[in-house]
Amino acid sequence: MSVLVDKSTRVIVQGLTGREGSFHAQQMLDYGTKVVGGVTPGKGGTKHLGVPVFNTVADAADKTGANASVIFVPPPFAADAILEGADAGLPLVICITEGIPTLDMVRVAAVMKNSNTRLIGPNCPGIISPGKCKIGIMPGSIHKPGNVGVVSRSGTLTYEAVDQLTRLGIGQSTCIGIGGDPIVGTSFLDAIQLFNDDPDTHAIVMIGEIGGNAEEVAAQYVRKNVKKPVIGFIAGQTAPPGRRMGHAGAIVSGGQGTAADKYKAMRAAGIHTVQSPAEIGHTLAALVGRKVRAAAGSARAKSKGRISFKPASKRAAGSTAKRGKKKK
Amino acid sequence: MKIHEYQAKAILAKFGVPVPRGEVVFTKDEARAAAQRLGTRVVVVKAQIHAGGRGKGGGVKLAKSPDEAATLAGQILGMQLITHQTGPEGRLVRRLLVEEGLDIKRELYLGLLVDRSAGAAVFMARAAGGMEIEEVAKENPKAILRQTINSAVGLQPYQARNLAFGLDLAPEIVSAAVPFFQSLYRAFIETDASLLEINPCVVTGDGRLVALDAKMVLDDNALYRHPEFKELRDLDEETPLEVEASKFKLNYIKLDGTVGCMVNGAGLAMATMDIIKLAGGSPANFLDVGGGASEEQVKNAFHILLSDPNVKAVFINIFGGILRCDVLASGVVNAAKELKFKTPVVIRMEGTNVEKGQEILRDSGFGFTVAKGMKDGAEKAVALAGGAR
Repeated sequence: MSVLVDKSTRVIVQGLTGREGSFHAQQMLDYGTKVVGGVTPGKGGTKHLGVPVFNTVADAADKTGANASVIFVPPPFAADAILEGADAGLPLVICITEGIPTLDMVRVAAVMKNSNTRLIGPNCPGIISPGKCKIGIMPGSIHKPGNVGVVSRSGTLTYEAVDQLTRLGIGQSTCIGIGGDPIVGTSFLDAIQLFNDDPDTHAIVMIGEIGGNAEEVAAQYVRKNVKKPVIGFIAGQTAPPGRRMGHAGAIVSGGQGTAADKYKAMRAAGIHTVQSPAEIGHTLAALVGRKVRAAAGSARAKSKGRISFKPASKRAAGSTAKRGKKKK
Repeated sequence: MKIHEYQAKAILAKFGVPVPRGEVVFTKDEARAAAQRLGTRVVVVKAQIHAGGRGKGGGVKLAKSPDEAATLAGQILGMQLITHQTGPEGRLVRRLLVEEGLDIKRELYLGLLVDRSAGAAVFMARAAGGMEIEEVAKENPKAILRQTINSAVGLQPYQARNLAFGLDLAPEIVSAAVPFFQSLYRAFIETDASLLEINPCVVTGDGRLVALDAKMVLDDNALYRHPEFKELRDLDEETPLEVEASKFKLNYIKLDGTVGCMVNGAGLAMATMDIIKLAGGSPANFLDVGGGASEEQVKNAFHILLSDPNVKAVFINIFGGILRCDVLASGVVNAAKELKFKTPVVIRMEGTNVEKGQEILRDSGFGFTVAKGMKDGAEKAVALAGGAR
């Protein structure tokens, strides 16, 4: 299993006929994602990359039965595109666009609060459930189906972490890029809740960065609710205060949002923190490797070259059950 | 984009926010003339730089006559003003604001910013102004009054009253505070600001509320819809290399280390700085060449990196994925041919055709060091930059 997207996800691309939209829609089609249509106002009725183009999202959703959209329109039009996707009743809208004015997102956030649509992004690489569905701009080839959930504010740094996992034979259930802007639709907390509830996600990797307090909020939740192993890394340990480090949201202001504070909160929550971005894969491998030995006992690992490990949730549930029996 | 106090006050005045009368001046003589025109018993001479703490640093002085204003202007103009926000080298003062002196009875703090977790603008106020709000927020967050604003309806009168009564303002001043606060909110929203601070806002002896200081930061992403703000940018307040980089649309921030970094993506760029530090070195900069890392951008990035005399080695860390490494490698080789540099370069890249890319680098004759991963690359770059410090 996976979270949010799988084989049954049907995607429309807002901004399909643009340069970015065309390139990445083709990449998604090549990966096997069910791209069922696109939206470019004024080009309705035509076909592009073999899929129908519509003038409005409402029309596209109606005619194609889409249940997700991905947005590749330029920043001045992106807030409007998000609201259009939500108004069409799509359960999932993923906005890749970088550079949306913050106050546009303030207005969008107010609407999304009362909407059933989940927004991922903006300014994000998208979401992928390896082997099933890729919606976004991440390279499909570095991913591998498996049981680790990855959530991150970054793009290429996520690819780096995923690549480390895949090279060690560790696959991913779903990787969610939540985006580098100050206001995003899906937070670390939201993503970690989804992974925690997904029986096929056995471990979670969270990759944060300086700015804001979303990592701290998620750590609080982890401390109270998550029994699956969680690995945490924060980018920007050496970033100077008061400077915006590329991402609009990556700024330490007024002494708030430092990497040190976030590491502290993660450690207090029992999250396995990693100081070096090169050690994310190895740290997880060591962690789940140990758990494999501990959980599997004398039983031989059945996988072919893949590290498998028993879900911590099941293990925890099992031991609780045993304790329960003893009491009785 | 940061703007100067006098520019922020001019914007606020357009939105009906009361500000002191004043003029921006660039010379002693202009300062004298401005003080004469203002005609008040006392005028204030204020250094205009993009940093706070100017008063403590000696950049804000009171003058009792136009001649004294000119003398003080002469002292402040051209000084390297050092505050806690400028760094030890300080900032050269090139312009001043000469303002009427006011009879100050009380100082307040007012601030507007976007609360990231609430996804909404928030109006903050504190009953004592002047001091560092960051310090207050850390030590005594309860002393700060907050009103979260629903963007559909804006700052409501009752919210403004909540703040005004919370500040313990007299009833007759509360009635002036409500439109004052609402004007501030309108200015914040309509200019696409990311920060608006009035620190302090003062109550005068004759019972008026006036924005005595103003700090305003505008959202870079929204500048496209405010072409009139383009001229407010003061390039003198930015690091020359950062100005140069911005012309190429490169995200570059100068730091003081010796390992120049060229990375695609902001998160990976930060992580690369971190791993250089872990390897015992220090990064010379943050540089994001963009997700695509085109040949042209790679060349521009080299140009910027090598203009920094502190850079002793360059570490290129590109996680391409979809990007083709042979194209990237050719870009690096062409940049080396064109720019003829001798600085050692360590390259780590991942993506399509990575072997072919590495071959191009090895065969180029430039002696590039090809790294196996991020850690290996960082360690090699630190060693080439003179080793761990």
